[in-house]
Amino acid sequence: MATESIKYLSPDTENKAKTQVFPRPGQHTTGLIDWLTTIDHKKIGLMYGLTALFFLIVGGIEALLIRSQLWDHNMTVLTNREYNQMFTMHGTTMVFLVIMPLSAAFFNFVMPLQIGARDVAFPRMNTLSLWCFIVGGLVLNLSWFFTGGSPAIGWFGYAPLTDTRFAEVIGDMGPDFWIFSLQILGVASLLASFNFITTIINMRAPGMTMMRLPVFTWMTLIVSFLIILAFPAITIALVELMFDRTYGTNFFDFLEGGKPHLWQHLFWIFGHPEVYILILPAMGIVSEVIPVFSRKPLFGYGLIVFSGAIIGFMGFAVWSHHMFTTGMGVVATSAFAMLTMLIAIPTGVKIFNWIGTMWGGRIRFDTPMLFALGFITMFMIGGFTGIMHSSVPIDAQHQDSYFVVAHFHYVLIGGALFGLYCGFYFWLPKMSGRLMNEKLGKFVFTLMFIGFNLTFFPMHYLGMIGQPRRTHTYNEGHGFEMWNQAATIGAFILGVGIVIGIYQFVNSFFNKKLKPAGKNPWDARTLEWTLSSPVKEYNFSRTPIIKARDQAWENNYGSKENHSEKEPLDDHGVHMPDRSWWPLVTALGLFGLCLGMLFHRNIDPSGELVRNYTVAIAGGAVMVFGIIMWALEGPGGYHLFPKEEEE
Amino acid sequence: MSDASAHALEHHEPVTSTGIPNKKVLMWAFLGSDCMFFGTLISTHLIYRKISATVGGNFLDIRDVFDIELTSFSTFILLASSLFMALAVSAIHKGNLKSTRWMLLGTIVFGAIFLACQVYEFTHFVHAPGNELTLSTYRGEPHVFGSTFYVLTGTHGTHVAIGVFWLLGWLAYSFTGKMSTAHALDVEICGLYWHFVDIVWIIIFPVVYLMEYAL
Repeated sequence: MATESIKYLSPDTENKAKTQVFPRPGQHTTGLIDWLTTIDHKKIGLMYGLTALFFLIVGGIEALLIRSQLWDHNMTVLTNREYNQMFTMHGTTMVFLVIMPLSAAFFNFVMPLQIGARDVAFPRMNTLSLWCFIVGGLVLNLSWFFTGGSPAIGWFGYAPLTDTRFAEVIGDMGPDFWIFSLQILGVASLLASFNFITTIINMRAPGMTMMRLPVFTWMTLIVSFLIILAFPAITIALVELMFDRTYGTNFFDFLEGGKPHLWQHLFWIFGHPEVYILILPAMGIVSEVIPVFSRKPLFGYGLIVFSGAIIGFMGFAVWSHHMFTTGMGVVATSAFAMLTMLIAIPTGVKIFNWIGTMWGGRIRFDTPMLFALGFITMFMIGGFTGIMHSSVPIDAQHQDSYFVVAHFHYVLIGGALFGLYCGFYFWLPKMSGRLMNEKLGKFVFTLMFIGFNLTFFPMHYLGMIGQPRRTHTYNEGHGFEMWNQAATIGAFILGVGIVIGIYQFVNSFFNKKLKPAGKNPWDARTLEWTLSSPVKEYNFSRTPIIKARDQAWENNYGSKENHSEKEPLDDHGVHMPDRSWWPLVTALGLFGLCLGMLFHRNIDPSGELVRNYTVAIAGGAVMVFGIIMWALEGPGGYHLFPKEEEE
Repeated sequence: MSDASAHALEHHEPVTSTGIPNKKVLMWAFLGSDCMFFGTLISTHLIYRKISATVGGNFLDIRDVFDIELTSFSTFILLASSLFMALAVSAIHKGNLKSTRWMLLGTIVFGAIFLACQVYEFTHFVHAPGNELTLSTYRGEPHVFGSTFYVLTGTHGTHVAIGVFWLLGWLAYSFTGKMSTAHALDVEICGLYWHFVDIVWIIIFPVVYLMEYAL
């Protein structure tokens, strides 16, 4: 990336590197080593995105197997246990390995650009988050190859399904893999969130006040707070479950005094904020896209921001609506029902704000806008059924039926995934530097829209006439067949749409025939569109001084006093942090630690349980070594002196 | 980093929007999150405390196994260590390396005494004749108190242990000759963590120990 105008101030880093056994990659590192050691938030974002899209295909195949099994009554595509494994892995994969990391991909790539920062606050910690996410995904999917195969406990892992006493297969390791992978993914999410919070609070360009932050950045901040406050609940619940399974404690063991009910509370104290962790990023993306393609500023910016914050806050007070049928008592049930109805208000406010933005605008129906409109309509249907479930008697009728499956897929595919695809079509030209084929994009949208509705709309009806969820088949004579077949056909159409979309995203990085994007192909409003596509490694050649909320728009169309200015470059130039091996080493140590814990139990010839912690300790030692070396090497860095127009 | 130009790179602390250093914001965010970790554990303990006391039909008095004098002593030691920690932070801000070293050592020794008390306590509880409190039983009967007690106090102990190793790292670093007031912020952040772990114990001690004597 270095051009001739860029001087290289301290060649000593590279000379020094050669003298070390494990050299720190210098400024001009390229290829595989660059990708393994990068601390650049843009590359990390891309790797998050690519890995998550891979897991989207994996989770999608699991979904299609589920749909194939339900094509007709008493099908035998999957056995009942395989079916349970499929919906467990599908749910866990889609929540933790697809939607969350796809959101993280956009947080990483877009957020620092939107606030005028050169990177996140802790670049090496960002790399560690990425590798922890990849290791977590690996651990979850390794479960297929060991005793008992993958977990068959649901993504919610309700006790006592996880109790070793009730395992279908003796020595079933599935739940253990599930526990450890969620713990590692938790580490990844927590580290990333601490990083994003610090970045947004502390690294805004001069003049970028909190109320000038783009809505997507606001949603990043709110989601990060949700993650750091919600994940501890599941982390502790998983620690308790791990102790139950590994060391025989009684937290959730009802035969010895434990309460399975407690697991549900702890899981949903995390699980409901998690719902907002999944949907708020998509809301942020849509809030960026709709003003651009309506050629109007966002209607009610303050309301949207505060609604997001209120949703985040109230998200912690509604978890028990997942447990209306567990018999919590009248007072608790009524309180949670009321709060659940209340949380619909800020959500509705946002929808009216988006409609208000479009009202009277000159709307262009490019692919991102189509996905944004798809998001609003589909999310509204999911939202309406959500409000229905806040009513306790209705919830009792819908509980564990396909109606609920329809509801949350409308929120998570029609909402979150459509929002994220909207983000890809909107920001990918900024990442790759090339515009994607609009016709193909619209075709993908059409396929996904039709396929999605054909799959999930009939499920409302199926649920109403009584098809239970999480059940591997149904008998003849219930009248379930026709709509299940419609759903299966729809699922395959949706799958084809998603895969063509992924092809289009990947292709845009390699196909040189595509049109170059230029700085601002959509005539968009926020700061990232003042930079070249793809963005230079240092993002901003000069730190911008922000004068208005929609800075890129103001620079093009606004009055003179609202144009952004640039800080002069001081003698140090642009300070770039060095790449590092240690985040990868630390994550691999964590991987070893987890494998060691998973396989530390053996039965010796006399039938005694023998615990062998050698591998776990070795992994832990590698992890600690990585952290110490990380601390000792320091941020390092080199300086660049780009010309002002090179950004 | 040995030469001068590289050294200049090392201490290029960025100007932040709020004026608070990035590392400090990070530590506060982590501590906020850590509150929820301990909140969940303490809630679990409180929920089970009474429910599980009658498993097997008999009310089991946990006071038979507790050694409140020892725990009070270790509580006092842990709280006192916070004074050393505060003095260490103050010393490094003033550039007094010798004093920093002694205060760090004081914090480490007091932290280690606390941990030793906990190890003794755990061993003593598990083997208490007639009153064995294990992870899954109390006096040989299935019980949840041991589960919540050991996992909660054990998690706190792990936090103390991590803190002790972190401080040991600083103590070792102080002998390399590279430590200066430039590291005051890093030591201060270590201190934030240490004080937080102390504060958590101020909650755990009454909720887990003293309450058994009062309610």
